[in-house]
Amino acid sequence: MTKYAAPGTEGSVVSYESRYDHYIGGEYVPPAKGQYFENPTPITGQTFTELARGTADDVEKALDAAHGAAPAWGKTPVAERATILNKIADRIEQNLEAIAVAESWENGKAVRETLNADIPLAIDHFRYFAGAIRAQEGGVSEIDGDTIAYHFHEPLGVVGQIIPWNFPILMATWKLAPALAAGNAVVLKPAEQTPASIHLLMSLIGDLLPPGVVNIVNGFGVEAGKPLASNRRISKIAFTGETTTGRLIMQYASENLIPVTLELGGKSPNIFFEDVAAADDAFYDKALEGFTMFALNQGEVCTCPSRALVQAGIYDRFLADATERTKAVQQGHPLDTDTMIGAQASNDQYEKILSYIDIGKQEGARVVTGGEPADLGGELSGGYYVQPTIFEGHNKMRIFQEEIFGPVVSVAKFDDYDDAMKTANDTLYGLGAGVWSRNGNTAYRAGRDIQAGRVWVNNYHAYPAHAAFGGYKQSGIGRENHSMMLDHYQQTKNLLVNYSENKLGFF
Amino acid sequence: MTAERVAVTQEAADLLRSLADTHGPLMFHQSGGCCDGSAPMCYPAGEFRTGGSDVHLGELAVDGIDPVPVWMSESQFEYWQHTHLTIDVVPGRGSGFSLEAPEGVRFLIRSRLLTDDELREFGLA
Repeated sequence: MTKYAAPGTEGSVVSYESRYDHYIGGEYVPPAKGQYFENPTPITGQTFTELARGTADDVEKALDAAHGAAPAWGKTPVAERATILNKIADRIEQNLEAIAVAESWENGKAVRETLNADIPLAIDHFRYFAGAIRAQEGGVSEIDGDTIAYHFHEPLGVVGQIIPWNFPILMATWKLAPALAAGNAVVLKPAEQTPASIHLLMSLIGDLLPPGVVNIVNGFGVEAGKPLASNRRISKIAFTGETTTGRLIMQYASENLIPVTLELGGKSPNIFFEDVAAADDAFYDKALEGFTMFALNQGEVCTCPSRALVQAGIYDRFLADATERTKAVQQGHPLDTDTMIGAQASNDQYEKILSYIDIGKQEGARVVTGGEPADLGGELSGGYYVQPTIFEGHNKMRIFQEEIFGPVVSVAKFDDYDDAMKTANDTLYGLGAGVWSRNGNTAYRAGRDIQAGRVWVNNYHAYPAHAAFGGYKQSGIGRENHSMMLDHYQQTKNLLVNYSENKLGFF
Repeated sequence: MTAERVAVTQEAADLLRSLADTHGPLMFHQSGGCCDGSAPMCYPAGEFRTGGSDVHLGELAVDGIDPVPVWMSESQFEYWQHTHLTIDVVPGRGSGFSLEAPEGVRFLIRSRLLTDDELREFGLA
């Protein structure tokens, strides 16, 4: 085991600055109104840096810089843009440990996740889009012998991006990499819960990009997010968050007639057919791990497998084994590499999870394990920790229908395939789902019948680039993590050319 | 009908009064889904366009300011209709465009099951 020292303390691999301004036009610019807000670590509740509190003036300044940079960036040869993305990936890789520790400190997640998932995935993501843009082809359509339609991909220009706090660097990367590959300049607003780690990242990669291609304005949604999302000078807005803000952003976008991509969460079913327990072997063990994935990232994942549906024939045995596995989840200091579950990202997040545990109990759901906040003692007493919690209940309960965004799974029994599909699809959302079976036919059919954009079969919580990710139903619009995201950051230019010397003869 | 679906705590009412001083009349729309979801979002009245897909849950009476309507999408209401909601406030750092976030606090929903009498009044029993 390794326990990393807190950023900025003796022996730490990384330090945050004591203050971050906005990153605009390749340099740091103080906020127009001169205000800053504190950024606490959810690990201890203590403030470790402060950030510029952005307002409309700052957003306009960032848009000026982006509009200054966009034309040249959009005309930069794709080979050159791809080389820059590859260099960004290399630079992140060279600094992986420092970035991972910094992100864990800001978000509260266990450092083994940032070391092994968040940051390696971000690196791969930049490389994927470097390759994807090189491989992208336009189109040539022969209308008739003299007439050809050429289709070119052109960038949108300047785009706005609003980033969530659950994977601050990876979610920023999911939006930045395709936007930059496609030739756009970006104004990005990080979440106010995790505004600093992206600046730490920019301190490492900022010199690789022309000034103004990436601009970061910090601040609160109502003060900085709204002036960005509702701005006439953006050609697209990308947002990850929740339904009401998603709708509001679409309303703003409708005023300016610009496209949106939205990723709005889910209530993902994780379905265990009874053949998973046909043998007490490695696959059964893997299925139990798949169940326990609800605790990954403290449950703060849009695709958290927060509804486990288990077939009746194995229900008691499976739940008992899964409970044992859940009890073995090691909760502790997030900077300790043995820790499996860290701190919830903020106090209000922590309070919300506890309020859901409360309504779950009121509705008659049975707490199988957990169900309480966790006090880990010492400096961690000021942080926000919740025990991994298993509820048993039925699908009409609110804990089965709402995204708790905490380490809480609600378990229900199903009788047969049709019953499983009915319950799985009885939800407003359709982002993720898991299917576990040794029978390929069952797994395939279930995967196709579940109304969700991503169905994991015999695995869960893998997010490789090159596998499209996005929602059905109320879970959003658009597909990230795949070359198809390039389309969301490009517009099509059709050049319709006639090669005939002869007139039509109309006039 | 006397039963109400929504209520507000004293602390949240005080905050609403101070927000109304700055922003004028207010409204709530209850969100679902990701990161900052499942939370009551507070906006200047009319900022968020409600429509046929929304349900008006009630109005919060707060001394000194206009009643604050509370809305939720109809599809979400299907799953919430058996519960009573109280809007509270806790220290925190909410995202989204809710008005209170810069104050270092966040509105939060506290829920309880509707009583048998309330269920009857709402035609749910």
